[in-house]
Amino acid sequence: MIKSYRLSRLISDIVIYVILAVLGIIWVSPLVWLLLHSFRAEGGVTVPYVFPKQYTLANYKALFTDTSVFDYPRWFLNTFVVAVFSCIISTLSVLMVSYAFSRLRFKSRKMFINIGMILGMFPGFMTMMALYYLLKAMNLTQTLPALVICYSSGAGLGFAISKGFFDTIPRALDEAATIDGATRNQIFWKIILPMSKPIIVYTVLTSFIGPWCDFILVRIIMGDKRDNYTVAMGLQKMTNQEYKQEHFKKFLSGSVIVAIPITVLFLKMQNYYVEGVTAGGVKG
Amino acid sequence: MTFTEYKALPPAQKVVYKLKEFFSLLPGRLKAIFSAIGEFFKNLGKTIAKGCKDFFFRLANGDGATKISYIVMGFGNFTRGQTGKGLAFLAAEILYIIYMANFGLAYLNKFDTLGTVETHQEIGANGRPISIPGDNSMLILLYGTLTILITIVVFFVYVANTKAAYECELRNKAGKRNPTFKEELSEFFDGKYHVTMLSLPVLLISIFTILPLIFMILIAFTNYDKDHVAPGHLFTWVGMQTFRDVFKISEGANKGYTFVELAKWTIIWAIFATFTNYIGGMILALMINKKSIKFKTLWRTLFVITIAVPQFVTLLLMNQILQDDGVVNIILGYLGIPAISFFNGSKLTARITVIVINMWIGVPYTILQTTGILMNIPEDLYESARIDGATPVVQFFEITLPYMLFVTTPYLIQSFVGNINNFNVIYLLTKGAPNKDANLYQAGQTDILVTWLFKLTLDNNDYNTAAAVGILVFIVCATLSLITFNLSKSSRNEEEFS
Repeated sequence: MIKSYRLSRLISDIVIYVILAVLGIIWVSPLVWLLLHSFRAEGGVTVPYVFPKQYTLANYKALFTDTSVFDYPRWFLNTFVVAVFSCIISTLSVLMVSYAFSRLRFKSRKMFINIGMILGMFPGFMTMMALYYLLKAMNLTQTLPALVICYSSGAGLGFAISKGFFDTIPRALDEAATIDGATRNQIFWKIILPMSKPIIVYTVLTSFIGPWCDFILVRIIMGDKRDNYTVAMGLQKMTNQEYKQEHFKKFLSGSVIVAIPITVLFLKMQNYYVEGVTAGGVKG
Repeated sequence: MTFTEYKALPPAQKVVYKLKEFFSLLPGRLKAIFSAIGEFFKNLGKTIAKGCKDFFFRLANGDGATKISYIVMGFGNFTRGQTGKGLAFLAAEILYIIYMANFGLAYLNKFDTLGTVETHQEIGANGRPISIPGDNSMLILLYGTLTILITIVVFFVYVANTKAAYECELRNKAGKRNPTFKEELSEFFDGKYHVTMLSLPVLLISIFTILPLIFMILIAFTNYDKDHVAPGHLFTWVGMQTFRDVFKISEGANKGYTFVELAKWTIIWAIFATFTNYIGGMILALMINKKSIKFKTLWRTLFVITIAVPQFVTLLLMNQILQDDGVVNIILGYLGIPAISFFNGSKLTARITVIVINMWIGVPYTILQTTGILMNIPEDLYESARIDGATPVVQFFEITLPYMLFVTTPYLIQSFVGNINNFNVIYLLTKGAPNKDANLYQAGQTDILVTWLFKLTLDNNDYNTAAAVGILVFIVCATLSLITFNLSKSSRNEEEFS
């Protein structure tokens, strides 16, 4: 009896291992394909076989040296600058808004929270064109500050997760500090923030990663000004029909180069994500 | 009833219980929503009434300085020792007057017609035709809206000014000292700290989210389409005509037919995308977290790494891999299977492809999000099931799935709404292809409503239709979210935790 139980458990484990292995391969193989073919020497967009025949570093080299049509290093720098600035502004907005909503009690607080939630439900693309004309009126179109504004201005609306986190910090702390004569400003900087590392790291990383992945806003704001493209927009452009034949391998290697730092950041963030979000979300 | 009690019921009663629960909650929830809306307007009315009463009471009972504050802002504060505050109010008034005189008023005047003079050509002094720029309806609408918003803000500042003046007067009469500017400023770091914290984000959101949003909502009530593109042409208010067009079905390629077709597909897509990811992710998470399975981190990383790579990369890559001459078809060729045209074949193939690829994208998210909850399922439930001889499959459908549905309904609704708005997957994978239905207006057969909205805006300049579609999508999403979230436990019992 016990033996057959063990046997059936063994079989079910083996089945699970097989399923996980097969699915794992399916999940990772497109990425492996991306990596391998970014080193491919021969062919254009596709080759009629699975594995490349010759490997070379030429695609990567061309990305950084042949900048006449596609200036990849410049895009990379653009994206980095935009990401840093929008990350600073976004993080501050998110933390300030969620602190106010979570720890401070004032008139019409509920109303503000509800308005924030409702605004978040409009499809984002609806405002694109209006945003474009607004930026044009400010003479900011085709510039990098416009991108920073777009990515960070609405950040305050994403207060839900960090508000949930702040809600879990006992209010007794605030009260004790108030009795000791601390102002709310001091409570925020000296008590709440030092206790909120997971949610701060989570917010910083998500807002830093954002600009690396978006190309829709860039397409609208930058138009044909290629010098100010970001990496995502530029790479997307490389896959357009007119450039594809010549530049597809560069697209592959360019993607690998963006994907590596983002992946590292993301895997780092994952722990904080679990810590911060579950702490903020336990109330269900 | 707790979950364990619920599980002990026979199947028929479970269904009855669920239905009963659903229908007994539904009227309550709907009622709560409507009463919340009613309450909102009631409170709004009360606030306005009280504001008006106080406003005129102060005007009637205030002394001279207070009365002058009703015309010269800040006068009451200025003359009673609050120089800084008084000057700030005065500066606001002067800035507003300058803004209106130089800029705002001109646009506000044309707001009702959105401009009357079209850009046209005239014979200049030298006999050659010159182009005379006319009104720009788009700018009139944009700046008109901006001016209205600014006016509302200034109005609030104005009312606050009368109140501050009157308070000063009362304090003087009671023989108390008025707080200095510095004292009032330091209050912004303590008692009024919420003002400090919220003003910058609210300002940013007002200018770059709310203003464009109001602008686009207004666009839905104009005829701003590809035949009325500013600045060359004028457009004007047309009331509900755009919405009527979206619902009107006629011959040939038309918006009504497109909207109905796309709405149907959007719902189907959202249902499939949500549930395939949900169930698939849960099964995988269970497998990875089974006690006897080793290398848990390895397995999890294998799946999660696909989230880490930026989505536009993976989706463009998938698009390439699934082309007619892509690597998937090459592998199928090795296996002796005829090549499949994933995106340009039949509607059904393309739609299934999109849903399957979406699983590849979305399942890792579910693994990440459900792992914690899965660990919380009481172990004794499984134990008793095992003693009764239930197979893992039975356990999944009898314990895991019902438990998860019990706990994660809000999360499901959230991802359903997310999928209705899931632009990236559709646009980057198929761009809406295949385009074989000639009756669709500027859309393909895998387009969902938001990608149609995007195409209408960017490729066709049909701004009014796009705005109307956006509003309709918003109504659906907002209703769904309101029913589940605002009335869910977390928002009602907010204070309970602290």
